[in-house]
Amino acid sequence: MRKYVPKDNVQKKAKYTDRYYVAPRVPRLEVEDELFAKVLENLAKDGVEVQDSFIEIDHLVIQIAPEDNVKTLTSLRDSSCFKTCAELSAVDYLAKDGEFEIFYLLLNHEKAKRVRVETRIKEGEAIESVEKVYRSANFAEREMFDMFGIVANNHSYMKRILMPDDWVGHPLLKTYPLQGDEAASWYEVDKIFGKEYRDVVGPELRDPARIDKYDTQRFARVGHEVPFGADPELVDKTETPIEDGYSKTILADYTKESKQLENRR
Amino acid sequence: MAQHQVNYASAGGLPVALTTADHLINWGRSNSLWPLTYGLACCAIEMMASGASRFDFDRMGVIFRASPRQADVMILAGTLTKKHAEFTRRLYDQMAEPKWVISMGSCANTGGMFNTYAIVQGVDRIVPVDIYLPGCAPRPETLQYAMMMLQKKIRRESANMNKNKKQRFI
Repeated sequence: MRKYVPKDNVQKKAKYTDRYYVAPRVPRLEVEDELFAKVLENLAKDGVEVQDSFIEIDHLVIQIAPEDNVKTLTSLRDSSCFKTCAELSAVDYLAKDGEFEIFYLLLNHEKAKRVRVETRIKEGEAIESVEKVYRSANFAEREMFDMFGIVANNHSYMKRILMPDDWVGHPLLKTYPLQGDEAASWYEVDKIFGKEYRDVVGPELRDPARIDKYDTQRFARVGHEVPFGADPELVDKTETPIEDGYSKTILADYTKESKQLENRR
Repeated sequence: MAQHQVNYASAGGLPVALTTADHLINWGRSNSLWPLTYGLACCAIEMMASGASRFDFDRMGVIFRASPRQADVMILAGTLTKKHAEFTRRLYDQMAEPKWVISMGSCANTGGMFNTYAIVQGVDRIVPVDIYLPGCAPRPETLQYAMMMLQKKIRRESANMNKNKKQRFI
């Protein structure tokens, strides 16, 4: 039978949680795992300087200098048996730190363990291609170039992979507008009919649906309800601010013993 | 011995039918619409279902053709990316006149939920559209209904395509 839960107080509990999901922060643990300790040992043996290493949700994270990427991955592949490069891409931290984070997600099939190698480069810098180490890096590096404009040196075919060759800009940069810049919005018209047909075809008609933080008359504020037509200036004050930039209600505690978390692992 | 005799005068029907050239030509055109086998996204699955035995497009004279040279209807079934737009337009240009376009589903009509940089916000930006078919994705019956509406439209039009007011870019 289902466990009895007192129902006299249900109204007090918020039915909806935050609409704007904030990823739960994950604790960084010391490297205690035997295999991962061995991995770090092997790296040191192969002369790779590891800046920092820790464990995040059973992944070993290794932070290195960008010049060491080929050396590190070669060592991980040959000495520690990480035979697969599952993913390789970048994260745009230009606004925050003025840098890109490039990560390589490696997999050891025999031990079912994963390693993430992270490195940071400045804007406009290039990184050495790891195509020679992992064949799967070929497409991934092209995608990284397409989406972020990060060039991989000595890549065999450094060309856009998703967007057309004559596309302007790199869409996964945080500065790139979601609905496209001017070149993007006229792309198909310019290509098919030529620039002079812009007037004939006209600008794009976009879906006007949008989320307006200060809209107090429509349904844009699920989970943050305010009185109908409330003064938009006061809206911020009626909201409960989220401290530390993340929501505590959905923070998963990965250190706690729990059957559910164990299953998920 | 079997005899087959038609007494035209007494049966009240001479073997003569009077009509206009427009009606005759449009009757022919509208009853054998051959769409291009051309799917862009998930709407194409519904389009395939429409063509298969359960919904059976053939009974309406609609037969999918694999070459734009033999097709006279283009069903734009799905999301059209900006990268692909030029090829869609090229296929449309390769089709012989007279030709019609059905824009199938929300994505083809307006860009749908893909309010982003990479998707054409309505295929009428690149080809003239005759029928806009709403839905996400439209059911096969709906596509058949759209085809019937297109037939109706063709029968109403002039057989001389130059006389029809159509959105033309070039």
